[in-house]
Amino acid sequence: MNLAIECRGLRKTYDRKVEALRGLDLEIREGECFGLLGPNGAGKTTAIEILEGLLKPTSGEVRILGYSWQTHSRELREWLGISLQETRLSEKLTVRETIELFASFYRRPKPAEEVLAELELTEKSNSWVGKLSGGQRQRLAVATALVANPRILFLDEPTTGLDPQSRRQLWEIIREFQRRGGTVLLTTHYMDEAERLCDRLAIIDYGQVIAEGTPAELIDRLGGQHVVEFAVSGNSHGSAKDRALAHDVWRALPGVEAVHGDDGFICLTVRQPHVTIPALLDAVSHQGAKLLHLTTRQASLEDVFVRLTGRHLREES
Amino acid sequence: MSAPLNTHEVDKATGAGAAADVAKGGAAMRGIPKQNGRWSAYAHLLLARIKEMQREPEVIFWVFVFPLLLAFGLGIAFRSRPASIPSVAIAAGPHASIVLDMAQRSPQSLHAQIVPEAEALNGFRLGRYDLVIVPGSNGASGDKLDLEYRFDPARPESVLARAQADEVLQAAAGRKNPLPTSAQASSEPGARYIDFLIPGLLGMNLMNSGMWGVGFSLVDYRQRKLLKRYVATPMRRSDFLLALTSSRLALMVLELGLLLGLGIFIFHMRVLGSWLAILLLGALGSAAFAGLGLLTASRAQKIESVSGLMNLVMMPMWIFSGVFFSYERFPAVVHPLIRALPLTALNDALRATILEGAPLTAQAGRLAVLVAWTVVSFLLALSWFRWT
Repeated sequence: MNLAIECRGLRKTYDRKVEALRGLDLEIREGECFGLLGPNGAGKTTAIEILEGLLKPTSGEVRILGYSWQTHSRELREWLGISLQETRLSEKLTVRETIELFASFYRRPKPAEEVLAELELTEKSNSWVGKLSGGQRQRLAVATALVANPRILFLDEPTTGLDPQSRRQLWEIIREFQRRGGTVLLTTHYMDEAERLCDRLAIIDYGQVIAEGTPAELIDRLGGQHVVEFAVSGNSHGSAKDRALAHDVWRALPGVEAVHGDDGFICLTVRQPHVTIPALLDAVSHQGAKLLHLTTRQASLEDVFVRLTGRHLREES
Repeated sequence: MSAPLNTHEVDKATGAGAAADVAKGGAAMRGIPKQNGRWSAYAHLLLARIKEMQREPEVIFWVFVFPLLLAFGLGIAFRSRPASIPSVAIAAGPHASIVLDMAQRSPQSLHAQIVPEAEALNGFRLGRYDLVIVPGSNGASGDKLDLEYRFDPARPESVLARAQADEVLQAAAGRKNPLPTSAQASSEPGARYIDFLIPGLLGMNLMNSGMWGVGFSLVDYRQRKLLKRYVATPMRRSDFLLALTSSRLALMVLELGLLLGLGIFIFHMRVLGSWLAILLLGALGSAAFAGLGLLTASRAQKIESVSGLMNLVMMPMWIFSGVFFSYERFPAVVHPLIRALPLTALNDALRATILEGAPLTAQAGRLAVLVAWTVVSFLLALSWFRWT
């Protein structure tokens, strides 16, 4: 399978001080939907803008569809559809005028009508951009990328700030593009989006890839597919030594793969909740403590993320 | 990096793209997909820019209505009238009515009235009267009239009033002119203030709208990250800048037509030079100020910072370039500097062409100044320009 996007040892240092990227390696295959995940400030936007040829890396190499930006930028521009984070398109142009304007930049664009219909913007085609809702604006931003008839679609946080319905609408558009053979690279900080949409993911933090694989693989790598989350009386007030002791107790329970604290709760990553939970209840009553909270759920990317970065994806860094 | 990277051949890649097109079916069924020509991007950018301006009511006001109002207001305020009849106050006193009587024999050259002395002097100080006549008397019996003129030598109308009043009163007192004279009135369009003003306003308007139109919208695009979005497409950057500056030309023609139209139809101004020469000057002026606007906005990230810069660049030209009054009033030493400013060159050239009918060939110096500003500012702007 050919690689659509490839980068090696990508570094970017701003003003000789701030290291946004510290050796990023990625391989994205043609036809897949690849997600870049990471907390704010992890370097996602820097990475995607370097791949889009909008920023020059301090060092490292980028190949898009086998070509480099230095030698084939004109051709590459024809093949890429890009939606930047927070572009405010001209408010006094209509939706159709905006799409036709972007279409005019490409040698062989898609007909504007087709793109309008595809993104369900036909009804709004004569409205000014300034009058659109957030979801419609975001769809228009994607429309300006799709009108290029691109081979690769770059989307930087395409659904940030959208309501659930608009998000689903955009997901469907992205899937449709992929069904026709297109490659998608998107950044997001929504776990559910990444899980549903992406064939493969890379989690980046501090300018490096810290984990990569399919969503299932990443969850699998946690060592268990379920999470048991609980709180017991007194466990948040004890000394560090007490807590370390308690930690060992939980770790020793049958079927527990990992233990971590999260916001006052204790999370156990387990393979079989029905084995672990009775043992947990016994252990709690044995300690003479009271169980204050107990839930169990499927492990998600969020758990992977918290395990790897010690942060929630959407926390401000 | 020594790691082998995956490369494919160009034709293989485009072949795959074409195959994908066919596979999509939809586009293929509608026949040959539309292919854009070399100037398609430029044409669309220009059209989009013009539509944006049309839909911005502020632009219409500042570019068209405001200069017209300004020209109209100033034209009315400074319209040519027969030199106003001097207004003279005669200080009340025993001989005041005699003086008034003498003054009223030629009402077309003097407007006189009797007022108490204090009020007369106060009115004179406030500019209500151009001259105060204090009638006194001398001679043993006090029957010989003796007039005292109070006037301000720094006020032209006061000096004029004194001469006029003296003329009228002396004639009324029986003076005979030893030399017969006659006069013929002649006030031709072309020498009036409005004739001076309209070309100057035209030049200033081309500067304002050129610099704001280009500079402001560029920074606005940059702030909205729209410039970045555009350079993420195959759009040629030169097409974008060309469209932005040439959108000014369409506006220039309208501005020029409106202001000169106002001059011709309301103020009966006469255009002596050729319209083609005027259009060429307008285009050259627009280009120079578009370049200057581009340069001013080449790096600014915020509207606020570009506004300050714009004013800084335009301020000297508002003052020195002879928009409202001739720069001849400044010391002669600085005239070469003033003439090197683009607005001075444009104003001088417009005035010479419109008012004197001077051909462009006789104005090579001014044209050279405009061309130099255009070329230098465009070149500097292009090397400085920040797209992201």
